[in-house]
Amino acid sequence: MFEATKLNERNARVETGMKLVYLTMTLMLIVPVLLVLGVLIQKGAPILSWEFLTQIPLKGMTEGGVFPALVGTLALVLVALAASVPVGVASAIYLSEYAADTWLTRLVNLAIINLAGVPSIVHALFGVGAFVLFFGFGTSILAASLTLAVMTLPVVIVSTRESLQAVPHSFREACWTMGATRWQTIRRVVLPNAVSGILTGIILEVSRTVGETAPIMFTGAAFFLPFLPESVFDQTMAMSLHLFVISTQVPDVPEALPYGVALLLISMVLIMNATTVAFRVALRRRKRW
Amino acid sequence: MRVEHGDPDARTIEWYVDKLMASVIFLAGISAIIFIVGIFGFIAKEGFAFVLDTMDVGQFFTSVQWRPTSETPQYGALALLVGTASVTGLAVATAVPFSLGAAIYIAEFSRGSHREGLKVLIELLAAIPSVVWGFIGLSVLNPLIIEWFDVPIGLGVLNAGVILGLMAAPIMTTIAEDALRAFPDSHREAAEAMGATRWQIIWHVVLPGAKKGLTAAVLLGVGRGFGETMAVLMASGHAVQIPGDVFDSVRALTATIAAELGETAAGSEHYQALFTLGIVLFVITFAINLTADLIVRGVRKGD
Repeated sequence: MFEATKLNERNARVETGMKLVYLTMTLMLIVPVLLVLGVLIQKGAPILSWEFLTQIPLKGMTEGGVFPALVGTLALVLVALAASVPVGVASAIYLSEYAADTWLTRLVNLAIINLAGVPSIVHALFGVGAFVLFFGFGTSILAASLTLAVMTLPVVIVSTRESLQAVPHSFREACWTMGATRWQTIRRVVLPNAVSGILTGIILEVSRTVGETAPIMFTGAAFFLPFLPESVFDQTMAMSLHLFVISTQVPDVPEALPYGVALLLISMVLIMNATTVAFRVALRRRKRW
Repeated sequence: MRVEHGDPDARTIEWYVDKLMASVIFLAGISAIIFIVGIFGFIAKEGFAFVLDTMDVGQFFTSVQWRPTSETPQYGALALLVGTASVTGLAVATAVPFSLGAAIYIAEFSRGSHREGLKVLIELLAAIPSVVWGFIGLSVLNPLIIEWFDVPIGLGVLNAGVILGLMAAPIMTTIAEDALRAFPDSHREAAEAMGATRWQIIWHVVLPGAKKGLTAAVLLGVGRGFGETMAVLMASGHAVQIPGDVFDSVRALTATIAAELGETAAGSEHYQALFTLGIVLFVITFAINLTADLIVRGVRKGD
């Protein structure tokens, strides 16, 4: 009935061509990184073993495992979470449940954007000036974790706020009509309905915290410390700094060792991120409203 | 609640809990402001003595002599500024076309699970830690550059720029894709009704309409590159000089702080100088983020 004109044909050709061009650009972003990950796996995987995870570094960090760094990273993350999750969730509750659209709210939003945008090394300077020196924590797990907590606060705030706002407003209204106070409504209706979204945000924060290096370099992470920290006022090794140290500061490290540490670090981060994605998909399916 | 206006004795414990939580949550709510002011306050506290007493502003911005440990210390940060600018510039120049291209493909050409898969993949790329990128620059890209371009050392502007570009691209892609998705469908439909092809809609309707959001995405990418520390420290070669070509080694502002802070005594002149670099970094990134935010706000008001 309709014959394709020359113009139609040309348009179709342009369309197919453009789609190909943009697909290529997308692949150009993804493929090199996948190749690099392939190299990391190929060179790093052979060294990964139970001993690698549970041994302390030996012979000036040229042999042995990463046990103290692994434990140190765990300690840093836990203390950072203990500080940032309560503050971040409360902050998100304020923004989602209390704040009106005023200049103060706009200022808070601007501060959150900037907190996420300030370079990690500036956070490190802040950590040194505030936690190490001013509050007198010294270079310790506590100072390093608090620095990390301030740095990753925006991650918790933004993701928690999103999941709080996803709870339908009618839920709150129903609760208020029953005579509940604002806080009762938040505590018993809003938070329980948003908890999986909040958890997703926390996992995302953990994955950020695990990989950060600059903020802990001068606030609590040590280059080499072959024993485990005993309190939050001790220094500790950390996975991220350990990778920096053995790939730049220590001579005669066998090639496989830093590849192994890099692979371990990246696996931890990617597994956590993949978990949040799976969480999100499951959540969307199960949604009751 | 009527009890609020009635007999105060009628106030239940829940009323007080509600008021208490409201204040606690308000305090936490404005914590971001407290922290951002605190960050500036503390780096200014450590650095201002240097700015006021020792610093020669002219020398700081025009001299390439960064010799904080020599007998007559010199604090010229020009080479560091140029180092940061050259690496960030190369990163943005290479990453922007691909990021915008990828954003256009994901937002406009791909559909369904294909799109979701690409988005997840890009998100995962954004999660790779900075120190791992630095390690990749050091041990994967370095030998490649030496081999391909036949240069003695592969650490420099090119290496750090490529690494930084790969780091910034997923973030720019995600934000740019959001900006494209935020463009109202009704405009697309209007163009389609006029007989425009999908490419014509993208080129003549969506891209001009989403211009501000895309600019903000690029700016945030620039901010990210500017503040990146570990990757630049490891991949840039770390020599204080104005680069002559892309293979030359440079040193960035961030990397200088990271490399030297450990060797300085708290309160010394060198230490204060590093905090002054911190002030410079804070002010520049603050300006970039503020501009991006104002542009995005302009978009919201415009619609």
